[in-house]
Amino acid sequence: MAFTPTRETYSGKVYPVTVGTGDSAITFGGENVLPFNSFEGSTPNRPLVAFEIQDVPPSDWPENVQKPFAGVSDDPVKWAKYCQDELKAKAIALRLIGTHPDRENRSPEDAVKTVKDVLAAIHIPLIILGSNHAEKDSSVLIAAAEAAKDRNCIIGKAQEANYKTIAAAAMANNHKLIAMSELDINLSKQLNILITQMGFDKERVITDPMCSALGYGLEYTYSVMERIRLAALTQNDVTMQQPMLGDVGMYVWKIKETTASEADLPQWGASEERGIAWEAETATALLVAGAELLIMRHPRAVEAVEKIIEELI
Amino acid sequence: MALSGIEIFKLLPKTNCKKCGHPTCLAFAMKLAQRQASLEACPDVSEEAKKILGEASAPPVRPVTFGTGDKAVKLGEETVLFRHDKKFVNPCAFAIEVKDTLSDDEVSNLCGQVVNSEIDRVGQKLRIDAIMITNASGDAGRLEAAAKVVAAKAPGVPVIIYTENPQAAEAAIRLFADKRPILYGADASNAEAMAAIAKNNKAILGVVANGLNELSDLTEKVKGLGVEDMVIDSGARKAKDIIANNTLIRRAATKKNFKPLGYPIINFMQRPDSLYETLLAGIGVTKYASIVVMSSIEKWKNLALFTLRQNIYTDPQVPMQVEQKIYNIGEPKPESPFMITTNFSLTYFIVSGEIENSKVPCRLAVMDCEGLSVLTAWAAGKFTATKIAQFITDSGIEKEMANKELILPGYVAILSGSIEDKLPGWKVTVGPREANALPAFLKTRN
Ligand code: B12
Ligand code: SF4
Repeated sequence: MAFTPTRETYSGKVYPVTVGTGDSAITFGGENVLPFNSFEGSTPNRPLVAFEIQDVPPSDWPENVQKPFAGVSDDPVKWAKYCQDELKAKAIALRLIGTHPDRENRSPEDAVKTVKDVLAAIHIPLIILGSNHAEKDSSVLIAAAEAAKDRNCIIGKAQEANYKTIAAAAMANNHKLIAMSELDINLSKQLNILITQMGFDKERVITDPMCSALGYGLEYTYSVMERIRLAALTQNDVTMQQPMLGDVGMYVWKIKETTASEADLPQWGASEERGIAWEAETATALLVAGAELLIMRHPRAVEAVEKIIEELI
Repeated sequence: MALSGIEIFKLLPKTNCKKCGHPTCLAFAMKLAQRQASLEACPDVSEEAKKILGEASAPPVRPVTFGTGDKAVKLGEETVLFRHDKKFVNPCAFAIEVKDTLSDDEVSNLCGQVVNSEIDRVGQKLRIDAIMITNASGDAGRLEAAAKVVAAKAPGVPVIIYTENPQAAEAAIRLFADKRPILYGADASNAEAMAAIAKNNKAILGVVANGLNELSDLTEKVKGLGVEDMVIDSGARKAKDIIANNTLIRRAATKKNFKPLGYPIINFMQRPDSLYETLLAGIGVTKYASIVVMSSIEKWKNLALFTLRQNIYTDPQVPMQVEQKIYNIGEPKPESPFMITTNFSLTYFIVSGEIENSKVPCRLAVMDCEGLSVLTAWAAGKFTATKIAQFITDSGIEKEMANKELILPGYVAILSGSIEDKLPGWKVTVGPREANALPAFLKTRN
């Protein structure tokens, strides 16, 4: 029996988003097919992987992912330059975790200094993330967005509780914005609508449907991403056509599988390889589900994911 | 293509005799259409109707049982493209390649790794499912010798024999004749001979072609030769082509009910870099492979892949749950600690695992919250002070305890006051937030 492939033609497409300036600017998104289904449409850009760094030393990261940054991670500027120059990072994600009230409780002014110093040291695009404390993030991210004015950064994350101030700051300073909701396609859609109703250009938003690690709810993130992508392509739903973020490192490097030693759990095998595989596997699954932007930590996990992207594109 | 209830009804006897356990033929037809009843329940249905209904109700991807006994794996039977539409049915099997160019000792060592690969995760026993013996030497005698080692050292493990050479195939497959092995390597050039060997040895035939057009022709040809059970390989080896072909195969089967491609897919993922191979195999797991073949099986790699497979193949509507009851961990005494959590499998297994690590005997009350995690259940109003107090009271556990103290998960510390109000005479203690702090917490109490 002759085989005729069932080709899908989609009515919608994902917005391309460009970050950074000059020669180092990078575009992701822009495809009009399901992830890596380039046989029936176009995937003009590769997904972008950003290296995560933070404003305070990563004492809260597990040993195995602290090690690759030993000697540079005591200073965000050194850390960022190391990622850019040695690890050939295509983008940096600076998490201002030290501003969290339960952590170092650093001030918006401290954040401004860190952002300025890091921006002065690198030419690749920067993602600026708060500490995920809805209230504090408002003040920190307003200040940070202003400090990074016109560098075309990504600012995040705007959530239901604080999107107004953060979106306004991103808009005033010409940045892109991450909109995060909690694992629910309707909440995600609703937040995108609220943000665009403020006059924020819908093509400058990146959706974060919330990440979860392999073994710890990955299937939820996976399916929410697939559903968002289908809504964007098959229903041409313009409120769901933003590229999606997988904030992988932060969720992966806290669970038992990435922290437990081989001595404690011999049946789980080598702990360093296990952690790296966990991060890379979580990232790969999310790429297949539809993520175009990933934030990751371990250099070897990033390297493997870049290689698989090369083979998928 | 699936038939509607009305279309099915037209084929039934229409006597409403109720022998099928349904009030009317129409009611029975509706159940059949939803795949909630089986045609065998009606004793009076005609042979012709059986044939039509049988074909229409067969799953779009043919079910194939690979291996026998308690290590047999079911393949295929899939019905959808996306897991949010409906649960994926039969989890992708993991196979490891053993080349016949290896020494007998090396083969035996790999068999040992497969046999010992089983790990328990969230109450499921997961393992490397199969061994593929490859005729890399090109020598029939060598393939047979390697197959003998596998048969002896990994008894019961389902086997794939990989060779394009019918003579080599015949000698090796005989060793597994009653074990439902896969004979992989049938292509357009050797299909007749390979199909005959598969038939004689009740083997599943693995067919390979260059692209989907040739593959459809080949499966039709093999079917014509009398072999019904196949696994199919489109020849794709690059990640991009694997996604493309697997997607087109699953689409053709589930959306068009295109029978020539309605078979489980086998993908070859062997790469020199084990981490990279893990990611490639993961793509197979998410995108429609029924068997992925790999070249090495480190423990860390198995754990990551088993977990991914478990995530992708869980039911999207029903979280994995454990039974509501008070579990004894170790041999608790009247004064042993008493804790509460929800019945989400992942939560239960993490918490009970940490309690076991602590070596402190405890009682763990697991409350039915429809399989939600602690915080999700709390946010959804299923893990509330009133419900917890009711559950503790109804359980009657208080009679077995020396002091009425309940330890709460740290994340729901906010409930402690109102539970104390609702459980007179009880003391509520807030435990740590993360379960991995439980061993330290329990030890300092002792
Ligand atoms: C996956 C998920 C879901 C899944 C459900 C999964 C499930 N089966 O429960 C879905 C998508 C359905 C969902 C829905 C909702 N969710 Co939800 N969800 C999550 C997520 C990402 C992971 C939950 C999980 O699986 N955790 C893993 C398990 C093992 O954790 P756990 O049960 O808490 O157990 C740990 C500890 O509590 C401790 N522990 C457990 N028992 C015990 C016992 C003792 C004695 C001790 C000491 C310790 C202890 O040990 C475990 C490991 O450390 C979390 C965010 C996150 N990353 O944590 C949000 C989260 C729990 N969800 C949240 C919310 C608000 C919701 C919704 C109400 C909103 C919505 N999005 O619609 C709905 C409610 C559901 C409903 N109405 O039916 C919030 C809760 C906020 C809050 N603080 O109240 C969270 C925290 C997200 C957030 N940051 O806002 N969710
Ligand atoms: S047993 Fe058959 S004939 Fe009788 S009611 Fe059921 S479907 Fe109709």
